[in-house]
Amino acid sequence: MPRVLILLALLLGFSPAAQAQELQTLLQPHAQEVAKPGRRTVGTVLDDLASSGIPQVATFLEEWQDKSVWQSPEGLFFIADEDGDNLILTDIDSGVETTAPSDGFTQLKPNGGVRRVIGTALVQFQLMDPDLNRRTTAVASIARRPEASQLAPLLGSIDGEEDPTLKARKIQLANFLSASFAEEPTDRIAAISSLSTDVSVEARAVLNQILTTRPALAEELPTDVNVARVLNPGEDMSLDAAYELLVADDLAAPRTDADTIKAALASNIINGRVGDVPVAQLGTTANRNRAYAQLAHSGTVPPLVTDTDRDAALAKFTFFEIYDEADTAITDAATTALASVETRVAVGQSADLALDALSLASIYFLAAIGLAITFGVMGVINMAHGEFIMMGAYTGYVVQLFIPSYTASIIIALPLAFAVTFAAGVAMERLVIRHLYHRPLETLLATFGISIALQQLAKNIFGTQARPLTSPAWLDGAWVFNDVVQISYIRIAIFVLAVIFLFLILFVLKRTRLGLEVRAVTQNPGMAASMGINPDRINMLTFGLGSGIAGIAGVAIGLYAKVTSEMGADYIVQSFMTVVVGGVGNVWGTLAGASLIGFLQKGIEWLNPSNTLAAQTYMILFIILFIQFRPKGIVALKGRAAAD
Amino acid sequence: MSTLLEVDGVSVSFDGFRAINNLSIQIGEPELRAVIGPNGAGKTTFMDIITGKTKPDEGRVTWGDRNISLLGMSESEIAMEGIGRKFQKPTVFEDQTVRENLAMALHNPRGPFAVLFYKKTQEGAKRIKEIATEIGLSDSLTRRAGELSHGQKQWLEIGMLLAQDPRLLLVDEPAAGMTTAERELTTDLLKRAAKTRAVVVVEHDMEFVRRLDCKVTVLHEGSVLAEGSLDHVTADQTVIDVYLGRQ
Amino acid sequence: MNKSFLMRNPSTLWFLLGLSLFTIVVTILSDAGLGVMSTSFVKTLGKTLCLCLIAVAMDVVWGYCGILSLGHFAFFGIGGYAVGMWLMYARTEGIVLDSLATQTIPPTAQEVTDAIGNQIFGVVGSSEFPMIWAFSDSLFLQLLMVVLVPGLLALVFGWLAFRSRVTGVYLSILTQAMTLALSLYLFQNDSGLRGNNGLSGLQNIPGFENTPQSTISLAFFYASASAVALGYVLFAWVTSGKMGSVIKAIRDNESRVRFLGYHVESYKLFVFTITAVVAAIAGALYYPQAGIINPAEIAPIASIYLAVWVAIGGRGRLYGAVIGAAFVSLLSSWFTGGGAPAIPLGFYTIQWTDWWLVLLGLSFVAVTLYAPKGIGGLFDYLVRKPS
Repeated sequence: MPRVLILLALLLGFSPAAQAQELQTLLQPHAQEVAKPGRRTVGTVLDDLASSGIPQVATFLEEWQDKSVWQSPEGLFFIADEDGDNLILTDIDSGVETTAPSDGFTQLKPNGGVRRVIGTALVQFQLMDPDLNRRTTAVASIARRPEASQLAPLLGSIDGEEDPTLKARKIQLANFLSASFAEEPTDRIAAISSLSTDVSVEARAVLNQILTTRPALAEELPTDVNVARVLNPGEDMSLDAAYELLVADDLAAPRTDADTIKAALASNIINGRVGDVPVAQLGTTANRNRAYAQLAHSGTVPPLVTDTDRDAALAKFTFFEIYDEADTAITDAATTALASVETRVAVGQSADLALDALSLASIYFLAAIGLAITFGVMGVINMAHGEFIMMGAYTGYVVQLFIPSYTASIIIALPLAFAVTFAAGVAMERLVIRHLYHRPLETLLATFGISIALQQLAKNIFGTQARPLTSPAWLDGAWVFNDVVQISYIRIAIFVLAVIFLFLILFVLKRTRLGLEVRAVTQNPGMAASMGINPDRINMLTFGLGSGIAGIAGVAIGLYAKVTSEMGADYIVQSFMTVVVGGVGNVWGTLAGASLIGFLQKGIEWLNPSNTLAAQTYMILFIILFIQFRPKGIVALKGRAAAD
Repeated sequence: MSTLLEVDGVSVSFDGFRAINNLSIQIGEPELRAVIGPNGAGKTTFMDIITGKTKPDEGRVTWGDRNISLLGMSESEIAMEGIGRKFQKPTVFEDQTVRENLAMALHNPRGPFAVLFYKKTQEGAKRIKEIATEIGLSDSLTRRAGELSHGQKQWLEIGMLLAQDPRLLLVDEPAAGMTTAERELTTDLLKRAAKTRAVVVVEHDMEFVRRLDCKVTVLHEGSVLAEGSLDHVTADQTVIDVYLGRQ
Repeated sequence: MNKSFLMRNPSTLWFLLGLSLFTIVVTILSDAGLGVMSTSFVKTLGKTLCLCLIAVAMDVVWGYCGILSLGHFAFFGIGGYAVGMWLMYARTEGIVLDSLATQTIPPTAQEVTDAIGNQIFGVVGSSEFPMIWAFSDSLFLQLLMVVLVPGLLALVFGWLAFRSRVTGVYLSILTQAMTLALSLYLFQNDSGLRGNNGLSGLQNIPGFENTPQSTISLAFFYASASAVALGYVLFAWVTSGKMGSVIKAIRDNESRVRFLGYHVESYKLFVFTITAVVAAIAGALYYPQAGIINPAEIAPIASIYLAVWVAIGGRGRLYGAVIGAAFVSLLSSWFTGGGAPAIPLGFYTIQWTDWWLVLLGLSFVAVTLYAPKGIGGLFDYLVRKPS
């Protein structure tokens, strides 16, 4: 270690004058050590190289370590590539390439120990390299494969680091290395404790690395090793696994498994019998064991280790886990730190989960609000709502075909999707739904017919494969708090869109003439008509509005999911659930429904992360039960208005 | 005349609006009673509470000789206790024949399996015939109910009530949309029915109520304003204020 | 269900007559007779009969009782799974026993079970038998499952839904949710029913390995025809008389029926459950003819198609449902199977494999709008014309 520090000091103090020197000249006095380096002797060469300040040194060291340096018959050093019988020589100073026959050249083959020393010196060079990219690469490579030897050069490079981000990273990494490799236990414990506030994956890996254990066994629990915990066979580990440990330590005879018994029996059939058991009766475990015991008794096969034998053998030993790290103080510190980290991680995960749930709720809200409006105002279930979502998404895709700028295309796609689906909604209302008022079940079926036709039509036009709807570059990436909590910008955008629509719809319904008329028609169509409101017109506009919002939701959903002809079908049931759970005819109800379903789905997924299908199943079951207790949804209309 | 139904201190509100406010009414058996009142007086809600469609916030509704509470019973249980109800709009099953409509209402076991294995009986057919004669539809037994005139539908519905053989008949605006001749028949029908059972008629039409010639209860803002003969209540100053004074 | 019942319902009699005639014609045309009808077409007809049966059930629950259930295909699927479990177990057991018989030492019961488990569940990376397969070795118990599982599911679901007075479109959505939940559940690998692989090889009937498929297909065709006949008579009986009166009344005005003293929920539950059981029986007959069942079959869309068939055939009349299911499903396989000729328009050629669904969707809208009585309504027109 001291040598490295000297080297470091020299490196930090190199002068411009020294750069005038040539590497070849510098190496020649050390030719012997360079050609046949030993772990001890190579140090002086490296010291001289380091102190020289020649820029080519780093490249030379890399090539040397790579066994690509050759010595000419004259004793000069070259970087060389073999090319048949020739060598392509590169001058170590000028970089000029020449070709020469390989006769008389010797390849330098430093051994593993030497290469490591060279490597450490190289790290030094890379960490101090004037080029920021190379420094960053060096730091990243240390992070990938941390080693004890890298600690000192890393520490040494921190003070001279000019880039603040990289400096912080170097300090963090040095901390990780100290926790694992520092020589003084107190240094390690200090470093470990400082990790207790770090929720990064790396910090957790460092702590877990310190706390790795291996199983062990002894007749008495030893006092001289760092025991992590005692294992009770049958509880903490299976009896058979414990017995395997005994077998591995040659403390017990291996068990004979069912296949071995069967094979042994099969090869010992004499006159249709094994022992005194007829072959035909060997179809039960008990008979097989009896036959095998007889074979064992006669010494033909090793004796059978029964469950009783296994248990007796296990009873003689204590099983436990020991830490690979011998120092109790260090493992204790690491355990404490890890517990603290895990608490923080749990809090972070909850926050992350809440963000995920919020964005899912926003999507459901956007997908469902259009449905809620038409369902609430007109009592009409629009099964083609999902296809309007799809239509919006395809509108976005088509716009992007013509407008190459993603930002501009999205800005155009949003209103255009609204216009397209608004028109589709109005057409559907006029052509179909208007003729089916007061027959809600038939409306449901007719709109379903439209839904299959539209879906197939989209398939015929756009094909079955998914079409991209690319978001602008400024929506790429994620807002990262730390390794645990992050949210992609696109989800934030969808959330913002949902909020905008919430207020827009509230504004339209509560503050505009249209909203007033819509509410009037909802409450009493006959009376509204007699006051000069045209219910047909209101219904048409309402349906158009609901469909238009579906189109905008389609663009939003298409941005983060694939655009396919079936995408609408994926959202339609969830949208219905949102409307039904929230309560019909109420914007706040839809919001409540979307939040409940979003949070519920994420919550269940979190409890059972491996299985999103199960999460959806349980969520639907929950909703079915929820409807039992609040048939009218969360925000229910009360009184006579709700009676019918 | 013993008390059949006792409504005691019942209140119910919808979204803060008190539709029924501390209402108390007693109905005897047999009795013909008319309930009148301006719009929003709570007449329909009163019927909803008795038939179990609406649950009151407070108060008691007791029924019959054993004084059982009707609160907490389902609509069908209450109907089986012997309370029949005719709605404001005639609601007969238009797709089915008059005979089927009446047969469904006949006082028979109501369980699905009893109905599934139900066999037509002589007395059932006789009873249907009787009722049909009573409501003047004996020639129309095989006609679809949807083909009947408005008045005939009203009578069919009353006939269905009679077929249920209830002890209490709640009739909501039976005369609405009827011709004068039809009204006379309807009053006779109700008066005959009230000879053996309790009949409560909710009605707007004073002329019709006068023809019923029975005790009248005036509801206003969810409670009883006045009770007595029609002449008595129409002479009451508060009733006059309610009906006329609000103009 | 006595003679007088059939006499009083001539349409049922006509239907049974037609069905018998159809069965005889198919027998004559099949390999058992002239041999001009392929085995696969006999299977298609057998499957179509099963679809007719579930359509009749759907008609009772929707056309008569007014409950637009979007869940009856789930019951159909459960029936298929229940019988498929036995078919798959018994057949795998036969194969496993054959292969183990060549060993010198007879296998233990555990070895046999493990080997079967490996065969069946290897595809989802497991070899353990899940709990729900506990009765799969017994044909009788599995057949009982065909009836019991959907029956209980319908009973519990219906009880929950009807008691809280969920009606109309709400109920439809709720049944659709139930179907979706079931199909999503079955899509999981650890559902115990082989995830999206489903159950396969169901056309091989254990014990009849040496019987040709042409004979088996005809046997299933007869079984399906008998089931349709029995189901039709059962439902004709249920929907006639006073029961029919009450359930039609519930369809038209539920609360009025309640005030007549009928416990509406019990009636709905009765109809919902009994139709679910018949749907399951139809499924149990369908899938051995189809050969494979997987969760996609149960997806909500299937139940909606069922409603489409009934609507096109004509609601509220049992023969309408039969006509609708047979007509639409056969037409659908004709169009999607490439049987229909493409229409060249010069600039574009209409391939029916691509355009059939568009046509179906739009004609469905047209039927709902302009012919709410469906194809069955034509009969009314023909019957009433003379009068």
